[in-house]
Amino acid sequence: MRNVLIVARKEIQEGLRNRWVLATTLLLAALALTLSFLGSAPTGSVGMRALDVVIVSLSSLTIFLLPLIALLISHDAIIGEMERGTMLLLLSYPVGRWQVLLGKFVGHLAILGFATLLGYGAAAGALVASGAVIDPESWTAFIAMIGSSVLLGAVFIAVGYLVSALVRDRGTAAGIAVGIWLVFVLIYDMAFLGLLVVDQGQTVSGGVLNALLLLNPTDVYRLFNLTGFASVRSFSGMAGLADSTTLTPATLLVALAAWALVPLALAAFAFSRREL
Amino acid sequence: MSAATIRVREVTKRFGKVDAVRAASFDLQQGETVALVGHNGAGKTTLIKLMLGLIRPTSGSIEVLGDDPAAGQFAARRQLGFLPENVAFNPGLTGRETLAFYARLKRQPAFAVAPLLDRVGLTVAADRRVGTYSKGMRQRLGLAQALLGEPRVLLLDEPTTGLDPALRQSFYDTVEELRGRGATVLLSSHALTELEERAGRVIIMNRGIKVADGSLGELRRIARLPTKIRLKVTERGLASMSEWLGPADTWRRMNGRTVEVDASPEGKIALLRRATDEAAPVEDLDVVPPTLDQLYAHFLRSDEAAP
Repeated sequence: MRNVLIVARKEIQEGLRNRWVLATTLLLAALALTLSFLGSAPTGSVGMRALDVVIVSLSSLTIFLLPLIALLISHDAIIGEMERGTMLLLLSYPVGRWQVLLGKFVGHLAILGFATLLGYGAAAGALVASGAVIDPESWTAFIAMIGSSVLLGAVFIAVGYLVSALVRDRGTAAGIAVGIWLVFVLIYDMAFLGLLVVDQGQTVSGGVLNALLLLNPTDVYRLFNLTGFASVRSFSGMAGLADSTTLTPATLLVALAAWALVPLALAAFAFSRREL
Repeated sequence: MSAATIRVREVTKRFGKVDAVRAASFDLQQGETVALVGHNGAGKTTLIKLMLGLIRPTSGSIEVLGDDPAAGQFAARRQLGFLPENVAFNPGLTGRETLAFYARLKRQPAFAVAPLLDRVGLTVAADRRVGTYSKGMRQRLGLAQALLGEPRVLLLDEPTTGLDPALRQSFYDTVEELRGRGATVLLSSHALTELEERAGRVIIMNRGIKVADGSLGELRRIARLPTKIRLKVTERGLASMSEWLGPADTWRRMNGRTVEVDASPEGKIALLRRATDEAAPVEDLDVVPPTLDQLYAHFLRSDEAAP
């Protein structure tokens, strides 16, 4: 455990030094603030549910941005260190490979969590500062949104590690990471929508629909945030989809956690079998 | 002083179709400096990686400080220092931060860092980012991390590349000091002349096979390479070489009145006696034993001649 923390600490130190933390936090804060002010335009500044609107826009932002940031940080984590030659020295130390991987995971997740909390927190802070009244239910939904955003980040960090542990060079890792982002964030949903339109509800329903949604972590995240809380659901335009699935928020969270843990375990396995 | 710290038994390591190491066996003892010598691709780095447990042998077994290095027990690794060929560090951190990170991994106290930086002459640059370091400075930082925690086994892959002569000297002094306290030091290098005075024992590798193993003296004896004896001879002596030199081994004239004689190991003393005889027309004399370079070349040749 101590080794994991030592490695995590170094990752955070490096993240601070090479401005990853700063850049990510500023980017998320800037976009979150922009969205929260633009988002309040349609409902007016005295909108009763100002934070709910922010949740809807921020979770859409998260789906695009957090997987990208997570993959950017993580795709290089193993193969990059191997190519630079730093991994050889690190592994000659009394530290297990899984400890190195887990340490990096904790460190990268801390960076991402910090950036998300601060960036999105700034949006909520701005709303409070502008005098909006926010009820407790909205706060719960907001906190759940931040938490699940970090979890979504964890999913893509783990997926990035898996890629990084399997490929032979950094260029390939970067290419595959971009591909994964495109598939999960854009292509999967388009194909999914196309399928639903073509199918007209004939065969794809109930169980199959649930399975297809669970197969994409960004859909799991979307469903969790946009349908999980009654207050948010009415703004999200997801009410129709929410009615036709039977997935509970707890199931969705478990699915997200599995999406993070399974690739992480596979990455650890692939890394442990690799020869330097 | 005879306890083996590293035991290598019939180790073979295959990468695909290439045998990087073939049936190598040797023990390394406490308080021994061993030079591991060979071409690029002779299997030196592979052997070191096997000793570190970074790769597993295809067959055979390795023991380092009583443990199987690939078994994932870390007791032995805490007492082991390693300097990779082309050592690399994260460019974003400072020298001090980098060394502190490695010290934590080895469970060394934070106050161990500053003296080590001082020892390799990096105190002034300690708080600069490693990215700004020159090759020699990175190499020194690499040495510093290898010396963390009084290692009982030091595995150094091409340790002195990029070091200037003064640092090279202080590096070998440090190594000698550790060896004196009972550490096993394995040096892999191409710079054979440099190792010559430092290594008590030499292991020569060629294409994955151990072709020679022993002290320099032993290797010289096995190789039966001639000792070169350079004589500065008077004009008179030059004219009658074969008379006073006796049934001489081969000799050739170098420049002026200097003559070089190849003396076989057993004929060497007799030859020297004749050359230092009062009547001998010799003004000056130099004895040049075969260098490590020549021994190395000899063992590679004889290995290639063998089927």
